[in-house]
Amino acid sequence: MTAPRDKLGRPVVVVTGMGIMTSLGAGKADNWSKLVAGESGIRTITRFPVDGLKTTMAGTVDFVSVDPFSSTGLSERMAELVTQEALEQAGIGAKADFPGPLFLAVAPVEVEWPQRRELGRAVGRPDFTYDDLLRISGGGKYSAYHHRFMFGSVAAHLAETFGTKGSPISLSTACASGATSIQLGVEAIRRGETDAALCVATDGTVNPEALVRFSLLSALSTQNDPPQAASRPFSKNRDGFVMAEGAGALVLESYEAATARGAKILGVIAGCGELTDSFHRTRSSPDGKPIIGCMKKTLADGGMTPDQIDHINAHGTATPENDKMEFNTTSAVFGDLAQKIPVTSNKSMVGHTISAAGAVEAIFSLLTLEHQRIPPTINYETPDPTILFNVVGNKARDARVTAVMSNSFGFGGQNASLILTREPA
Amino acid sequence: MNDTASKPGQTEVWITGIGLATSLGEGLDANWAALQEKRINVDEKGFAPFIVHPLLPVTFDSQIPKKGDQRQMEAWQRIGVYAAGLALDSAGIKGNKDILSKIDMVVAAGGGERDLNVDTGVLTAEAKGVNAPGFLNERLMSDLRPTLFLAQLSNLLAGNIAIVNGLGGTSRTFMGEEVAGADAARIALSRIASGESDIALVGGSHNGERKDLMVLYEFGDFNLKDKFAPVWARKDHAGFALGSAGAFLVLESRAHAEARGAKPYARLTSVVTDLARRKQSGDMEATLEKLWDKLPKRAGKGAIISGATGAEPATSEERDFLKKHADFPVRATGTMFGHTMETQFPLGIALAALSISRGALFPPNDSTGTEIEMQSAPTQIVVVGAGHWRGEGMALVEAVS
Repeated sequence: MTAPRDKLGRPVVVVTGMGIMTSLGAGKADNWSKLVAGESGIRTITRFPVDGLKTTMAGTVDFVSVDPFSSTGLSERMAELVTQEALEQAGIGAKADFPGPLFLAVAPVEVEWPQRRELGRAVGRPDFTYDDLLRISGGGKYSAYHHRFMFGSVAAHLAETFGTKGSPISLSTACASGATSIQLGVEAIRRGETDAALCVATDGTVNPEALVRFSLLSALSTQNDPPQAASRPFSKNRDGFVMAEGAGALVLESYEAATARGAKILGVIAGCGELTDSFHRTRSSPDGKPIIGCMKKTLADGGMTPDQIDHINAHGTATPENDKMEFNTTSAVFGDLAQKIPVTSNKSMVGHTISAAGAVEAIFSLLTLEHQRIPPTINYETPDPTILFNVVGNKARDARVTAVMSNSFGFGGQNASLILTREPA
Repeated sequence: MNDTASKPGQTEVWITGIGLATSLGEGLDANWAALQEKRINVDEKGFAPFIVHPLLPVTFDSQIPKKGDQRQMEAWQRIGVYAAGLALDSAGIKGNKDILSKIDMVVAAGGGERDLNVDTGVLTAEAKGVNAPGFLNERLMSDLRPTLFLAQLSNLLAGNIAIVNGLGGTSRTFMGEEVAGADAARIALSRIASGESDIALVGGSHNGERKDLMVLYEFGDFNLKDKFAPVWARKDHAGFALGSAGAFLVLESRAHAEARGAKPYARLTSVVTDLARRKQSGDMEATLEKLWDKLPKRAGKGAIISGATGAEPATSEERDFLKKHADFPVRATGTMFGHTMETQFPLGIALAALSISRGALFPPNDSTGTEIEMQSAPTQIVVVGAGHWRGEGMALVEAVS
């Protein structure tokens, strides 16, 4: 048995429940078997017309029904389902009585096109101004849309459904949001504020405007045919990320509380780190210093050295800039080890689940630790000769994995990394 | 319930910087003067029948020197970056690379404004019978400015603050309307109190002069219409008047502040937050009472600064709560500044700290008798923030002893 405190004297934070949903399917079992088989969840979008779009594929979650449909509604439903899965596994608390706070990573919320169009039709004439929309919005006919499109609505729903304690926090750190939700949970437990935290991340925002927004920033792959081959992390012919939906939930507990109640420990959040890049809204500082600092902070937080990391679950978006930057910064931190440590990008198969990615990939990292098998980076046919990662290309690889670093980098200079281990260090 | 009470052995946290850009003006002196004169800046015509508290124009160049940076932001971000810059100035750390490279940021944010012309253009074309399947896609692809997305993203307020001021610590953006502002303060405070952080920039900003936001709140009939009245006098004419404001605070451990010779405005002792179910009448009031009990014991001369919105039934429930603590003079920021959503709670903390540092609570501005004069200098002010729909928060701001 190991000590309940880490090297810095803080409570060790362990994972006792996980739930996941991606375009590959619902639940850990389904996702893991497809992930190690190298299956892609990316397909041509059928949810809405794709005429006139440069990118026509995504990793949508089409098997969850939401009525009336909205991206926020889908995000909420997915979050609910993955939380149920995580709580069942953890066996913690009682029904609708989770003994700790909720930290929710969720995409920014706004009124969506179906509702906006409903308003437009309700004006009832062909020429109108925005004031006419405003004039007919009141009177209670659309009161459900007020609740639906509050930023805090998804978290409020989850908090009420699962009985989490206190004020649930909805957060966004762009593509690092999932990692930030975990970090907030870890910090709350380390501070001794709670013995348990529910960390959830969800993103169901494959809708026309979201796709257009990323498209206009030239961030998306346009290799639409076949869709399964669009996401090509670390490949020479990568051309952008693929938008995707998904959700992940983790039950975090102090090691002491988890062992006291005899819970099965699935892994340890050994370290987390975060460092802001003030260089540019969408681009990393060319010298990579903020990302380098983020990884170093994470190692220091875990009281670990680079040689103790034996797998990197990369951010690996498949944008030309990210993958190159990730290799250069990893090399600066890990030296020659950057070319030896097996690296993979789950985004090659599930796409970029944006706000959920940090949590989805943390769960895949924990499953990698459990199964001692690293899922492949598919579509790795033409390696980028300047990215000398030891990429787990195309086929899953059995490996001895004791500690995984999982990276997330986002717009707005958001960088966050996690270190996940099997056992407390 | 979450709480961040300073516990024995924990670090004392000071408020060493305040930045305000509001409908009453920019900076502490202008806002303080307006409060003394009971000045209120409302626009009853520009968005009629809706009422807003518009930002008193500022010269953005002084805090956002690069025009290119200003162009990359929408109004809500410019207001926030401006106020954040004022807070850094006020704390005396503007341009201090050693501190700015490690300062932690917790920002409470909504989202940015939409391009109303694009929205209206699509809807009117569809109303005229355009129904090609790719019409929306094509219009959005051709009409949306590529960088508008970045001006809309919630976390890009923090991103822009970092870019303009060269911040390099951690950066977290909380969403979720009013209580996001309270949770931002709570998390920043608990990180400093526990030693995880030495110094943090906390706050939010809001542009109330937005019809897209009015549509959203009109769905729930929350907008104040036709005639302005103080929030406590809106019972039969309920609603909030959106306000434009940026409010940022620099929070700092006492040791860190003393080491660099920084003076405190006040001490942030505790922040507590919760989520009342609000299924039945009285739920919210009960939660406020619970939060009140969670705050450390108040022994000094106390006052309350409330972020009551004017929307019902939340405002009436809060008034019921306040009646039970009638020995605490109350001020509602919503009357003077409008409802600034995520920003209202940081604004409340800012005004509490300012009142304590100036040795006086600002005068009442109310026709119902809910707000009474306070003659003595306040040494403890409780900031109350109850969301118009969900979320409750409370903070205790105290004079540094």
